[in-house]
Amino acid sequence: MAEIMFWEAVRRAHDEELANDPMVLVMGEDVGVVGGTYKATLGLYDKYGEDRVIDTPISENGFTGLGIGASFVGVRPIIEIMSVNFAWLAMDQIFNTAAKVRYMSGGQLEAPVVIRSPGGTAHQLGSQHSARMEKVFMGIAGLRVATPSNPRQAYGLLKSAVRCNDPVIIYEHELMYNMKGEVPEQEYFHPLEGSEIVRPGRDVTLFGYNISVHWCLQAADLLSSHHGIEAEVIDLYALSPLDRAGIRDSVTRTHRVVIVEEAEPMVGVGAEVMAIINEECFFELDAAPVRVSALNMPIPYNHSLEKAVLPDANDVVEAVRGMFGV
Amino acid sequence: MKVADKKRLLREMLFARRFEERCYESYVERNIGGFLHLYSGEEACAHGVLEAADFDNDYVITSYRDHIHAIKWGADPRKVMAELYAKETGVSKGRGGSMHLFDVNNRFMGGYALVGGPFPLAAGIAKAIQMKRGKEISICFLGDAANNQGTFHESLNMAKLWNLPVLYVCENNLYGIGTRIDRSTAVVDQYKRVSAYNIPSAQEDGQDVEKVYKAATKAIKHVRSGKGPYFLELMTYRYRGHSMSDSNAYRARAEERMWSKRDPIIMLRDRLIENGQLTKKEYTEMDTEILDQIENEVIAYANESPEPHVSEVGRYVLAENDPWVRGGVQ
Ligand SMILES: Cc1ncc(C[n+]2csc(CCOP(=O)(O)OP(=O)(O)O)c2C)c(N)n1
Ligand SMILES: [Mg+2]
Repeated sequence: MAEIMFWEAVRRAHDEELANDPMVLVMGEDVGVVGGTYKATLGLYDKYGEDRVIDTPISENGFTGLGIGASFVGVRPIIEIMSVNFAWLAMDQIFNTAAKVRYMSGGQLEAPVVIRSPGGTAHQLGSQHSARMEKVFMGIAGLRVATPSNPRQAYGLLKSAVRCNDPVIIYEHELMYNMKGEVPEQEYFHPLEGSEIVRPGRDVTLFGYNISVHWCLQAADLLSSHHGIEAEVIDLYALSPLDRAGIRDSVTRTHRVVIVEEAEPMVGVGAEVMAIINEECFFELDAAPVRVSALNMPIPYNHSLEKAVLPDANDVVEAVRGMFGV
Repeated sequence: MKVADKKRLLREMLFARRFEERCYESYVERNIGGFLHLYSGEEACAHGVLEAADFDNDYVITSYRDHIHAIKWGADPRKVMAELYAKETGVSKGRGGSMHLFDVNNRFMGGYALVGGPFPLAAGIAKAIQMKRGKEISICFLGDAANNQGTFHESLNMAKLWNLPVLYVCENNLYGIGTRIDRSTAVVDQYKRVSAYNIPSAQEDGQDVEKVYKAATKAIKHVRSGKGPYFLELMTYRYRGHSMSDSNAYRARAEERMWSKRDPIIMLRDRLIENGQLTKKEYTEMDTEILDQIENEVIAYANESPEPHVSEVGRYVLAENDPWVRGGVQ
């Protein structure tokens, strides 16, 4: 297995899917000549031409709708929205068309589009470039939402998303494009449902996704070495549908839960996972579940303020210590 | 146009009118729920344009005022009515309703409720046609007020930029709900607005089906020949309120009277009679037949059809048993 960077993994998935099916296309702002803001489509414009690796005007709702319309009649578009903050402008077509057209047509039409978007809070990008929008997409029935925490998932989730007949949102983290990781050399399709146990442990479950998986792993190491607490870390790479069984099974093993999210706590992944625990396995709990989230506010520009708004591994450690009273 | 075709069009338009007026009654009877937007008065637009299109290959997409476009594009009127009656036998299996008719086998790609939503969808269908090197085209019908949405400008720009085979038909009935066009729109002539994108366009009388047919033939020829998008503005008027909840209080009675003299069905009927191609008796018989057909076939079918099973409420949200969801190594 080769180690490659996250962006290379995304690029490889694009390349293979474009090669595999002439009806696959990529569209978005600066995905063509430039090769993508995060190099996700580097070199593909030269390889597949301007009709399939399409530089769009800055018309998020327009080009997203265009991709959705094309997907009605056999095209498999991979739409890149340059930054997830801009997805708000495309929300009409995502919410009102892609997510609903199968249902309101009684199953006659489907919108097999992939909408990829970099998001999360990178360094000092300010309030309007730091959105964490997973909660918004998760709240829309009719969409699948996946979010990779490593290059293997980034590659395999995109591959499966292109083949899947549902609209799939793939939410990538802007700080992770240069992260290295192993990706299988043969073609690999990552499941779009389920979750992964990335670290086994008996004492507490740390649920993370995307960048917060890494905070959970760091916290688990600290908890083990300093406090002798063994945390199980679960990667919720599928945010919709969420892995109810996987969540229940882990809680049944550890009986304690911390959910770690980069987003604000309101109406988020933490709230949703807690609700699932209530519904699935409330009596397995030995302690009230805790969520570690960002503060409920816009992201500041100042570095210290920005850091203060966002959670990190230490916050996770503190949450677990509080739970165990150590 | 051949006389036989004109007579057929007259029949189709009269059917459309009677169908819509029967919907009105069914709504009052509470057999139809939700929002209901009728097409009465605008029949020559859909019929004239679609008469000029390729019935076996072209794609049609439109707004919520969609019953007649669906029927003209091959949807069974019984199944359209069944959809309005929220039945399992409806074109969208009772899940869509009046504003969301779909008949994908006939390439009727749907009715959409968000004003301006279909603009980019139509361009996308055209992009797919272009990728497949097809000769078919994408035809999008929307209202005048929809042109104030961003999607109008975004889609026209992309359609021209990428030379997409799409025909945009603007059914200009002078109102967006209760707001008259000159109170919402800086440039009232819609065909002029597209010149900003260098898209050829025309404005035509939308009450005269023969003129619409002629203008549409030219427009479609342009699009089909690979020259890119075209915009056709049709001047028309709706005889009913915007939807069933509309009192119509915002329109001057004189204006309504003026347009009622330009009824597309009466205009065609009288022309055919004047030319000795139709008798009054024939017309009356045609009307009686249509009314019978609507009552005995269309309404009866809708009434007698079963509702969807509540146990199936969760179907059609996501693809069923899609293998790619499970992933795997190939
Ligand atoms: C995005 C959006 N905004 C507002 C509405 C409410 N609305 C429904 S129809 C309509 C007027 C549209 O007028 P026009 O495009 O001229 O079409 P017409 O109804 O006259 O055929 C409005 C404002 C809507 N459905 N969608
Ligand atoms: Mg109007």
